[in-house]
Amino acid sequence: MSEILLEVQGVSLAFGGVKALRDVSFDIRKGEVRAIIGPNGAGKTSMLNVINGFYHPNHGAITFKGRTRAQMQPFEASRGGIARTFQNVALFKGMSALDNIMAGRTLKMRRGLVWQMLRYGPALAEEIEHRHRVEEIIDFLEIDAIRKVPVARLPYGLQKRVELGRALAMEPDLLLLDEPMAGMNLEEKEDMSRFIIDVNLHYGMTIALIEHDMAVVMDLSHRVVVLDHGVKIADGTPDEVKKNQGVIDAYLGVVH
Amino acid sequence: MIALGQVLEVLIGGLMSGVLYSLVALGFVLIFKASGVFNFAQGAMVLLAGLALVRSLDLLVSSGFSPWTAIILGIGFAAVIMAITAWLIERFVVGPLVNQDGLTLFMSTIGVTFVLEGAAQMIFGSDVYPLRLFPTDVWLLFESHFPGGILVNKLDVWGAVIAGILVAGLAIFFQRTKTGRALRAVADDHLAAQSVGIPIGWIWFVVWLVAGLVALVAAIVWGTKLGVQFSITFLALKALPVLIIGGLTSIPGAIVGGLIVGAGEKIAEVFLGSPIGGGIEYWFAYVLALAVLLVRPQGLFGERIIERI
Repeated sequence: MSEILLEVQGVSLAFGGVKALRDVSFDIRKGEVRAIIGPNGAGKTSMLNVINGFYHPNHGAITFKGRTRAQMQPFEASRGGIARTFQNVALFKGMSALDNIMAGRTLKMRRGLVWQMLRYGPALAEEIEHRHRVEEIIDFLEIDAIRKVPVARLPYGLQKRVELGRALAMEPDLLLLDEPMAGMNLEEKEDMSRFIIDVNLHYGMTIALIEHDMAVVMDLSHRVVVLDHGVKIADGTPDEVKKNQGVIDAYLGVVH
Repeated sequence: MIALGQVLEVLIGGLMSGVLYSLVALGFVLIFKASGVFNFAQGAMVLLAGLALVRSLDLLVSSGFSPWTAIILGIGFAAVIMAITAWLIERFVVGPLVNQDGLTLFMSTIGVTFVLEGAAQMIFGSDVYPLRLFPTDVWLLFESHFPGGILVNKLDVWGAVIAGILVAGLAIFFQRTKTGRALRAVADDHLAAQSVGIPIGWIWFVVWLVAGLVALVAAIVWGTKLGVQFSITFLALKALPVLIIGGLTSIPGAIVGGLIVGAGEKIAEVFLGSPIGGGIEYWFAYVLALAVLLVRPQGLFGERIIERI
């Protein structure tokens, strides 16, 4: 078994009286695709928001790359190597696809403001180097044709792709995908699945994803966590989870 | 018969004062572009910057500094005041409102306006203070071609040069630097910006600082023209039609809008004013803005907003 990259320990999160997460623990191993599934309102997105620092849990802690913290700020998470996409695409709408992906390089750019303004010396070299990496990502995601188009004008499926590109540009250790295939047609889903598999296999990137399409989840993921009403009800390989009575009940309802 | 010389003189004078409108409008555009906030406090920031500058200058000169040292120290002091203001606004006003609606943020800047106006006058005084950083005499050009020549204020020329440098610098800053890109990113989506590791608090501080420095430049030019006084805050009102004409999100729009308003109102006043009784200068800009709103609501250079339904 490969080493553990991220470990969620007894995390609870409440909004007033609503308990979004109750004592949830699981881990994500380096290099795997980890799916988080569950019915609507199960707390999946809340879980991602906790990992990424948008929400601060009331109890519990998260160990990431050997460092345990009760909470962190979003920019600490991204600095530490966690990137994400959003359930409802969150792109910089006024900017081109290229600029959106370049924005993902923000943390990697080091040169001073004045040099960047003058486009001179090391700053120019740095800009060119980052541009190269971004062009590689654009190539990989097959979005060459739309690189200069303001993203607000792109169809939804392509917007999702640009968003994935922005997250990849951060070269994260852990990539969080919140419903990467929501609202897509079959062809777009197949493309997106292919990208996710490639990212995982060729770049060895660790991925945690939320997805509703069970066929996709079973195909893509190595291990699955199932949440229901904020409680973890199952954890294991896709096959194990599929046979789990609790999971079947949660999805189909139970006769009392 | 209207003499060509007179037309040119009015046009140049109008364009030059238009540059000054542009300077104030720029402050609005910057904050709006970079944070999605319509900053009602821009006029108050001009007042604060002007008062801080003129009062520290008086103090430095009366305590025996040479004029140049006093000017440099005075501008430095005013810049520090604007930086502190930017930090306070980020820390206590807009910082806690991250991820809130644009309207909520707009309301908070109305509060900031009153606090700044009150605090500025309480600390630095509320009289009219003359500011003399630029020559205020005039050139007479082309005297051989036109009877009496064309009269141009030196101050207006200085104002235009300064505005040009400022705009070029800002354009490069926005387009080329990662901070500029981060600013545009934050304006579009707070959450997404945070997720790629842009520290939103720092970015907002930079935005307010830049707006404060633009306010300082506007204060220097306007203060030399009119003296630093409370009525400088009403400049913000003149910037509104400029913004509507040019478009809220466009730096070139702020410049062109200012020029159109400046030249238009002077020409209208001089050549249309007497037949219909004068005073056109005071309302011309607003009527023009209204006309633009009817024809092109996003302004001449604004981004067309397409909403998916």
